[in-house]
Amino acid sequence: MTLKESVWDPVAGFGVTFRTMFKKVVTEQYPFEKVPTAPRFHGRHQLNRWPDGLEKCIGCELCAWACPADAIYVEGASNVDVPDGSERFSPGERYGRVYQINYLRCILCGLCIEACPTRALTMTNEYELADDNRADLIYEKTDLLGPLLPGMVEPPHAMLISDDDQDYYRGKNLPILDADPIESADVNPAGMPGTPATDAARKGQA
Amino acid sequence: MTVDQSGHDVHEAELPVEMVTLTIDDVSVSVPKGTLLIRAAELIGVEIPRFCDHPLLEPVGACRQCLVEVPDAGNGRGFPKPQASCTLEVAEGMVARTHLTSEVATKAQVGTMEFLLINHPLDCPVCDKGGECPLQNQAMSHGRGESRFTETKRTFPKPVPVSAQVLLDRERCVLCARCTRFSEQIAGDPFIALVERGAEQQVGIGPNIDGGDEPFHSYFSGNTIQICPVGALTSADYRFRSRPFDLVSTPAVAEHDSCGAAIRVDHRRGRVMRRLAGDDPEVNEEWITDKDRFAFTWSGGDDRVRTPLVRNAETGELEPASWPAALATAARLLQQVHGSAGVLPGGRLTLEDAYAWSKFARLALGTNDVDFRSRAVGAGEADALAAAVAGVPASVTYRDLERARHVVLVGLEPEDEAGTLFLRLRKAVREHGTKVITVASHRSRGTTKLQARLVQVVPGNEAVALADLELGPDDVLLAGERLGLVPGGLAAAVEATGRSGARFAWVPRRAGDRGAVEAGLLPNLLPAGRPVVDAEARADLAAAWDVNAVPGTVGRDTAAIIAGVADRTLRGLLVGGVEIADLPDPALARAALAAADVVVSLEVRHSEVTAVADIVLPIAPMVEKPGTFVTWDGRRRSFDAVLDEPNSVTDTRVLAGIAEELGRPLGFRTIAGARDDLASLGGWDGTRADLPAVRREPVVPAAGQLVLSTWRQLIDDARGQDGQPEYSATARPPVLRASAATWDAHGVIPGEVATLTAPGRDLRVALPTEVDDLPDGVIWAPGNNGTNLRELGLGHGSAVQVTSGGLA
Repeated sequence: MTLKESVWDPVAGFGVTFRTMFKKVVTEQYPFEKVPTAPRFHGRHQLNRWPDGLEKCIGCELCAWACPADAIYVEGASNVDVPDGSERFSPGERYGRVYQINYLRCILCGLCIEACPTRALTMTNEYELADDNRADLIYEKTDLLGPLLPGMVEPPHAMLISDDDQDYYRGKNLPILDADPIESADVNPAGMPGTPATDAARKGQA
Repeated sequence: MTVDQSGHDVHEAELPVEMVTLTIDDVSVSVPKGTLLIRAAELIGVEIPRFCDHPLLEPVGACRQCLVEVPDAGNGRGFPKPQASCTLEVAEGMVARTHLTSEVATKAQVGTMEFLLINHPLDCPVCDKGGECPLQNQAMSHGRGESRFTETKRTFPKPVPVSAQVLLDRERCVLCARCTRFSEQIAGDPFIALVERGAEQQVGIGPNIDGGDEPFHSYFSGNTIQICPVGALTSADYRFRSRPFDLVSTPAVAEHDSCGAAIRVDHRRGRVMRRLAGDDPEVNEEWITDKDRFAFTWSGGDDRVRTPLVRNAETGELEPASWPAALATAARLLQQVHGSAGVLPGGRLTLEDAYAWSKFARLALGTNDVDFRSRAVGAGEADALAAAVAGVPASVTYRDLERARHVVLVGLEPEDEAGTLFLRLRKAVREHGTKVITVASHRSRGTTKLQARLVQVVPGNEAVALADLELGPDDVLLAGERLGLVPGGLAAAVEATGRSGARFAWVPRRAGDRGAVEAGLLPNLLPAGRPVVDAEARADLAAAWDVNAVPGTVGRDTAAIIAGVADRTLRGLLVGGVEIADLPDPALARAALAAADVVVSLEVRHSEVTAVADIVLPIAPMVEKPGTFVTWDGRRRSFDAVLDEPNSVTDTRVLAGIAEELGRPLGFRTIAGARDDLASLGGWDGTRADLPAVRREPVVPAAGQLVLSTWRQLIDDARGQDGQPEYSATARPPVLRASAATWDAHGVIPGEVATLTAPGRDLRVALPTEVDDLPDGVIWAPGNNGTNLRELGLGHGSAVQVTSGGLA
């Protein structure tokens, strides 16, 4: 063993420690301090709604088909137009009656998001997906549905934006139907499709 | 095997086939003359895209997707434009180029696909066909990747119900005319048709035969859903239920009639989602009845018996019990009534289960009081079955019907009682010139579609009519369940065919009937055609079963068992899947069940029998067990369990368990064991049972009374069709039919309601009336639509009275 190895190298090692003492700390104090994720981080899923609160999910199962981990279970069902709107959950013929994502299996790859034809399924930045039992990690539709924003009305109810489901998909902004029994609902909050401001902006672009 | 134009197999031995050699995609191939180019291409492994082409339907050339280039039509000249290969017959020396070798064909196919997709809504995510859709698949393989169409698509309101069961979405339709050709050519119910022309052309609901405009109900409408190459026709029952990748498919056999139609059962997470027609050219080709397709929910309801139930002697309630306890109790109770117990296994058993019942009755209970006929029984019927059906190799097959000169139907309504047979008969009539003769009270809608010649008889006089029937060696006689109720009827049919060299087949109504005859579930018959009265046959069976003797006296039939229990000459009953309302006298049967000391019930669902049984032992329905059905043509149709339910046990396992508790084991416990045991018995080549004497006594109705002609329609109130409201809504509306003179004589105005009364009964049936060409003094009523006529003690040939007006 040379002199360098026996004397100099241990001192040089402490040199690294000493220099690091004066650098900014990278340790995150999770869970006491929660640092925001990258904006497009793949976190927990969310089932989105149309501006009137109807679900965007049509129960087509393409997400389940795309899923490489077989984590998604969907059962479709038929919307029925009855006068009180009590059997309509989404525009069009079909909605997702059962929607489950099993977070024990989900690898958060995002293929389901790409498969979704209506942009019903997107991912949030929420990453705290741990629990102490298996059953609670199967998220039901009620757990996954997005929050009711101002103007949204909890389904089931009739289509409030247009009588034609195609208008929903095309983003066509028809006058709001004054539908009973939800007269008082403010269907179109600011910034949502259907308000005069955004309509004007869109026309200007076209 | 080669395939000819209409898609059925051509046996080389049958007819000399003229071969034609042509070149497709530089490959030389020889095919029979008359073959379509699209089929010839299939033989060399070239799949030309197509929508309208279907091997079992006549070619139409409607969708134009199968265009190919034909540089040489066989005469040295080519076609100037691409040709539809589904309507082009091959010719000697023809040269054809498909999309694989021809730019012209490729461009034509891509262009056609683009046109077909112009008005297609592309709503695959919500469409039930998505994932198994020929349009979706072929748009991927033979279409453009991107749409160039930016204009507004044509839209229609959707979905439109063609019937309660079939929903039509005209936006998705590519006008291939498969459904309309099926309804016209195969089913004979023209309930849908192409209407309008040009861009407005669409599938419309056709007027029905009577000129009305209500949706027309066909017993075979479900097939149009399956053959639709897009999602234009979907079923209300399967609407949005699942996707192809969810489903596990299992081949199976339909359990609702004796035809043995091949089906495919699709299940998801332990629940059957739908059933589709299987492809079996020898049996059902690719068609099944709506009953086979939709009536599968009966075993999935809340009324399933899930655990063994034993009646508590103190409280009188049925209480759940463990299997060992229930089997021991059942054995103890049956031992108490040993020698005086009747066995009613029902007519829906598989061959293996039927054999287990048969062996159990003979070995464990020591009785021949066993009868599978959970229906009215006729004098001499069991003897005729023993003589002419049991253990007799089948002499008629489905294919034979196409070759027959005449097919005589006696006491059989194929459209209602054997739908698969009906479709094959219709094919024979349309394509092979077979003549159908029906010995019946009138021409029904089914026999009208068979263009049948009517030999009109008053119900009960079939045997008389058979004496005058001239049959030839190329003829086939099909006898239905009702002929057995006519005294000497079956014997007369067998005698008529024997006299002329024609062939005879018995077409029962239930899936298990023919297997039950083979298994010896009759009071006069042991397994594999051994007559009870024959000492040699009994000794042979006893040796095979390794016992000293099998019971040697002819037992009681269904009616006698019930009468015996009611008057207490019999003390116990072992009952399988029997509906009390189907029995000859339901009121007496209820009294008998109440009077019996011991009632042991093996049932899938709670029923009238389980309500009074001392022990209820749950058994597996068809989807949860393997087995074999024997069809009317003697074909053994084996199937495997669709659902894997470990707690679901077969009749065989339950009966074996009881027999072991009794100390008289059956020697097998499983379906495979029962099958091997039955096979090891072998056939019986000794003396056969004698055919009973043919009796020909004409029925003369008493004054003021009418003779009832009746059968059960395909879609009726039977419990095997529970849980399918859309399907049940397609049942034919129940009516009473009689001649105008008969209605007039009884003061009934046709079209108004009349009431049917049975002598000595309080129960009555009121139904609308219609005029039909029945003999005077005969009235027709549906067997079980609204009211089960058995509750009135009525059956084929019964005496009835009719009065005008309703029940009030």
